[in-house]
Amino acid sequence: MLIGPNGSGKSSLLRLLATLLAPAAGRLLWGGTPVEDDPAGYRATIHYVGHLDGVKPALSPREMLGYWAAWRGVSHPAVDAALAAFGIEPIADCPCRWLSAGQRRRLALARLIAAPAPVWLLDEPGAALDDDGEARLVAAIASHRAAGGRVAVATHQPLALPGATTLALDRFAAPPDAIAI
Amino acid sequence: MRAFLGLIRQDLRLGIRQGGDIGLVLGFFVLAVILFPFGIGPEPELLRRVAAGIVWVAALLAAVLSLDRLFATDYADGGLDLIALSAMPLELAVLAKAAAHWLTTGLPLVIVSPLLAILVDLDPAALPSLVVGLLLGTPTMSLVGAIAAALSLGARRPGVLTTLVVLPLYLPPLIFGTGAVEASLAAEGARAHLLLLAALSVAAVPLAPLAAAAALRQALD
Amino acid sequence: MLSHLANPARFMRISGVALPWLGGVSLVVLVLGLFWSLILAPPDYQQGESVRIMFIHVPSAWMALSVYLFVAVASAVALIWRHPLAEIAAQSAAPIGAAFTFVCLATGSLWGRPMWGTWWVWDARLTSVLVLFFLYLGYIALVNAFDDASRGGRAGSLLALVGIVNLPIIKFSVDWWNTLHQPASVLRLGGPTIDVTMLAPLLVMALGFTLLFGWLLLVRMRTALTERRLRALRIYGEAAAGNASEASSGAARPAWR
Repeated sequence: MLIGPNGSGKSSLLRLLATLLAPAAGRLLWGGTPVEDDPAGYRATIHYVGHLDGVKPALSPREMLGYWAAWRGVSHPAVDAALAAFGIEPIADCPCRWLSAGQRRRLALARLIAAPAPVWLLDEPGAALDDDGEARLVAAIASHRAAGGRVAVATHQPLALPGATTLALDRFAAPPDAIAI
Repeated sequence: MRAFLGLIRQDLRLGIRQGGDIGLVLGFFVLAVILFPFGIGPEPELLRRVAAGIVWVAALLAAVLSLDRLFATDYADGGLDLIALSAMPLELAVLAKAAAHWLTTGLPLVIVSPLLAILVDLDPAALPSLVVGLLLGTPTMSLVGAIAAALSLGARRPGVLTTLVVLPLYLPPLIFGTGAVEASLAAEGARAHLLLLAALSVAAVPLAPLAAAAALRQALD
Repeated sequence: MLSHLANPARFMRISGVALPWLGGVSLVVLVLGLFWSLILAPPDYQQGESVRIMFIHVPSAWMALSVYLFVAVASAVALIWRHPLAEIAAQSAAPIGAAFTFVCLATGSLWGRPMWGTWWVWDARLTSVLVLFFLYLGYIALVNAFDDASRGGRAGSLLALVGIVNLPIIKFSVDWWNTLHQPASVLRLGGPTIDVTMLAPLLVMALGFTLLFGWLLLVRMRTALTERRLRALRIYGEAAAGNASEASSGAARPAWR
């Protein structure tokens, strides 16, 4: 669990772990091997859910989950299970422009179930979620961890994640006099 | 492979659902061509001489106009992150995007071009070289345009910037495309020009995605 | 040598020493070249005195192309080896190159007026230079289009590489286009052959322009580096000062932006 004030770099760290951001120095290792040795393999092991939902207004949730899974190379995505896990079956076939912010968030999180991967990188997943949504999120994280998966969550809302290691990022923020030209 | 086709299919479905986009491009194409007779006079003799140039320039401008559809929405709604994290390399994703772009922009332009050739009184003997030329040149426009569109992501005035950046790069297809039409009218055959157009497209297929993917990685950083 | 100069502070020191010498030498060479071309070289039997514009027009065309090559190489160094000064070098050189391009176009137009009677003619060289001018403008616009300056720098570097790869293709297509359409006046700028009495002052002018470019480049790079230092001091200077006072008063860590 990554905590810290605004601007302390939680999102940047998650994006770095997701290989969307290149480090200025140092290397990313997964299981002891550098990520750049097998970027495609590493990308297959992680799931990244960032601030933005990546939802297209003209497509329906069912279609979006199908495409997202296809891009990950998954041939039989668990679309129905994903929709059920986050409670969005009733709106599964409506165009996404009709969805509220909270529903889009649920859809974005649903892809974690539709195309499973061992490591989840979640950036403020609870934002825009109501209590029911948050409960489903916590349940999903719990069952993922129970099945042996790993989760890195950046949040400044309290989320019930028993046994989570906390990383407070304001301890790592670069001191003001370290200037790079 | 599945990812590649999946991306093309998504963009195609989006393009068709939001059919307005294709309509806009075609509408602009037609309007741009129509402007010329008003500007230079409707005499058939004059129009016929510049017909190929008018159609090609209008096609170019319509293509440039549609480039911001390529990556900008994905960049804005977070879809680009997901594409970057997909099972296919980013270069392949660019190819998929460019292919979908061509299917929803270049191909419609090619199909509508005979109609416009009539409007500018193009010699019917030159019609095949116009259509084939556009068919061979529009993929280059989509691929090279992808580079410019990717570079402009996050810039302050992305539309104008993309136009300025891409137009010098569009000169070769324009020159060879119009040259093909003129050559076929001069009975020396358009083959050389069409082969050059084809060569440009073939060269762009491996090279343009490299540059565009590098630009996308910079944008995501 | 490149890596030796990588340290900005060292670059500032060395360039500070070199600058006045470079400026002096380029001034001497330019004056020499101008004197030679404007006074000493014989007038052309066809074009008379107006051929003297060639001594500015042709070297500036050479410079326009060479500077673009320089920008592309510097961009490659910036992208591949991440040399810290490479990006600054490329961005500083581009406006100088664009200026040379503009001078080439303007002198070409002035030269052509007495010969062709028009202010512009679409011959192969002038058109190529015009396209080069737009390549420069595109690069400069791209670099300056981002609020995040480092993103603009990287995007510009990529565009410079794309541009240099496309440049031969564009040049080929413009030459092709030109032979297809054969403009009315086929008088080649510079004549079919260049007499050796014309060649020498041309080369001297080219040398002078190159030295001038070097001098302008160093001036612009030094300005850019100083600007960055000022900006960094302004942003972080206050926080550093605040940190020091907070630490001494024993307060909690200040909130980081």
